[in-house]
Amino acid sequence: MERIAERSGVPPARIFGVASFYSQFRFEPVGLHIIRVCEGTACHVQGAVDVAEAICDELGVAEGGTTEDGKFTVEPVACLGCCSLAPVIMIDEDTFGRLTPEQARSIVRNYGTARDEGGAKA
Amino acid sequence: MPDQSASSKVTVGLSSCGVAAGAAHVYDEFRREFDERGLSTPLRRTGCIGMCYREPLVDVDTEGLGRVTYGGVTKEQVARIVEEHIIGGKPVEEFAVRIEGKKLPDEAYYDRQVRLVLRNAGLIDPESIDEYIEAGGYQGLTKALTEMTPEGIVETMKESGLRGRGGAGFPAGVKWDLARQQPGDVKYVIVNADEGDPGAFMDRSVLEGDPHSVLEGLTIAAYAIGAAEGYIYARAEYPLAVRRLKMAIADSQERGFLGDDILGSGFSFDVSVKEGAGAFVCGEETALIASIEGERGMPRLRPPFPAAKGLWGKPTNINNVETYANVPWIITNGAAAYAAYGTETSKGTKVFALTGKIVRGGLVEVPMGISLRDVIFEVGGGIPDGRKFKAVQLGGPSGGCVPEEHIDIKIDYESVTKTGAIMGSGGMVVMDDRTCMVDIARFFLQFTQDESCGKCTFCRIGTKRMLEILDRITSGEGREGDIERLEELGQQIVSSSLCGLGQSAPNPVLTTIRYFRDEYEAHVHEKRCPALACKPLLTYEIDPDKCIGCTLCVRACPVGAVSGERKEPHVIDTELCTKCDACRKACKFEAVIVS
Repeated sequence: MERIAERSGVPPARIFGVASFYSQFRFEPVGLHIIRVCEGTACHVQGAVDVAEAICDELGVAEGGTTEDGKFTVEPVACLGCCSLAPVIMIDEDTFGRLTPEQARSIVRNYGTARDEGGAKA
Repeated sequence: MPDQSASSKVTVGLSSCGVAAGAAHVYDEFRREFDERGLSTPLRRTGCIGMCYREPLVDVDTEGLGRVTYGGVTKEQVARIVEEHIIGGKPVEEFAVRIEGKKLPDEAYYDRQVRLVLRNAGLIDPESIDEYIEAGGYQGLTKALTEMTPEGIVETMKESGLRGRGGAGFPAGVKWDLARQQPGDVKYVIVNADEGDPGAFMDRSVLEGDPHSVLEGLTIAAYAIGAAEGYIYARAEYPLAVRRLKMAIADSQERGFLGDDILGSGFSFDVSVKEGAGAFVCGEETALIASIEGERGMPRLRPPFPAAKGLWGKPTNINNVETYANVPWIITNGAAAYAAYGTETSKGTKVFALTGKIVRGGLVEVPMGISLRDVIFEVGGGIPDGRKFKAVQLGGPSGGCVPEEHIDIKIDYESVTKTGAIMGSGGMVVMDDRTCMVDIARFFLQFTQDESCGKCTFCRIGTKRMLEILDRITSGEGREGDIERLEELGQQIVSSSLCGLGQSAPNPVLTTIRYFRDEYEAHVHEKRCPALACKPLLTYEIDPDKCIGCTLCVRACPVGAVSGERKEPHVIDTELCTKCDACRKACKFEAVIVS
């Protein structure tokens, strides 16, 4: 940020103001894979809270946190727009829908080792 | 057996939801089957077919047989569809959800729909400009540029009665006219594709399924207003939509529908896509403009409206995706044809994302004036598992919950507003008797609280205080007077906030208190959640008369809270119990009682 400030001549405070406003600017390094757990309305009424808890428990991180090995970051998001498949999670660009907490666990456990396995199909 | 393979066309729905349900695997499997068998059957992709509850969806269109749609297709079913239908010419009826000329139960999903915005969705390949043109695309633009004056277009838009589909419902023609009449040579047009309401995916589906329709509508607007430059502000959470938009822009430039001297008319127009960075408030038009300018996306006071002073201080027209997608249809078919649909004050159709506790959830487009009941029970097929309808949430975090007593209202801007909800952008989340209304109110408030930009004190601090009260109530620590405090704070936030986010943030709380006050009272006075949804208010017990001591629950419990001898009734230690519901799900004798 300081470099941007130097180059652009915009005060650092102003740049920090913009960067901290948006959720897609990050201040900490993220994991290799980002798990977006949808917490939209449709997912919420279909049990997204349990899915999120299962994933965090499986990985041993809090929501928003990154695993110690740097493999995953769990990020709650407002809506992924796949509401008819609720509850939904998205790992990088792969979306998984109609999940139970158990399926979510196994997807996270196997991700990166057997990519095509998992609960994508309802 | 006659070989039908050459006269069939196979189309796989590959929008985000389709892909999530496994459609890409199904597509690959068709490719593999065709290659292996040496079939020349064309294999195409399309956007959202709309029956999201049946994804992945595959259309097989055969000369002489018509169109058959298969739903919930798995990789394993592909071989049979190829064998029996594509080669053998006999549809596999057990997998089919729609057969042209036959009345399957799922047909009810389409009976009441009128698809104007979604005219091409699920039919054309969104990545092919040729298919869009073949389906009548860019006729509206051609007509606008060669036969109509900018004034004439604005007049047509006014006559059509189209109102902004982003939520507020301001007449689009009037908005265009305001921007058109502003002095100055430099003007802008913007597509608001920052679809942020949780539970809404109309715009994503349109962008993924028919991106050219939005571009065409935007270009017509630019011509009518006199803008040479346009922006599409899209959510970064929609990677596929952004990709298809960029592709559509490149293709239409190449064909001369965008760029310099469009169709030889002397009119030039360029579009760029601007990706959002994850802030809900940027869906508010002045915040969106600030965001494009590289500032924090904070709303500012209106007036001046963007029509007078918008992007970079120049006159700007902003509409959302669905609004623009209507435009080519209106220009091609005329204002009267559009205004023939709908009610006195709300013309045309509206796209809804029907989700939640509903049998047939998906993307539906219905004429304005249809009743909520018809959408939920006829189009959507009602509530699954024989449960009871409780409420429907309209308008996302800015909207409200409409209870059963108002379910017969007609869908138009005024009728919906009367219930305390808003039309909004089109999210329609259905809730049944297991949904706790206090929990839903808390859910939305948590969202708006998080997304409040912090500019206005009441929105910033007021929502925080309301959320604290709701947290308290749902965890069994509600106090006397909490409900009244929520109402008071809510009213104050409504009257003291600058933008739509703050003014509408208390809506979910206020409407649920209005219609479900008894549920709030049960939480506060009796520390009880009638819908059995608020975990801290629940207790898990085992009915000793029903428990046979099978030990399934013991094995299911992750914290070891269940104990008991084999073949003897078990007990749950309520101190240890985390209320995860695993024992109830495991029990085959319904012996676990939640109260």
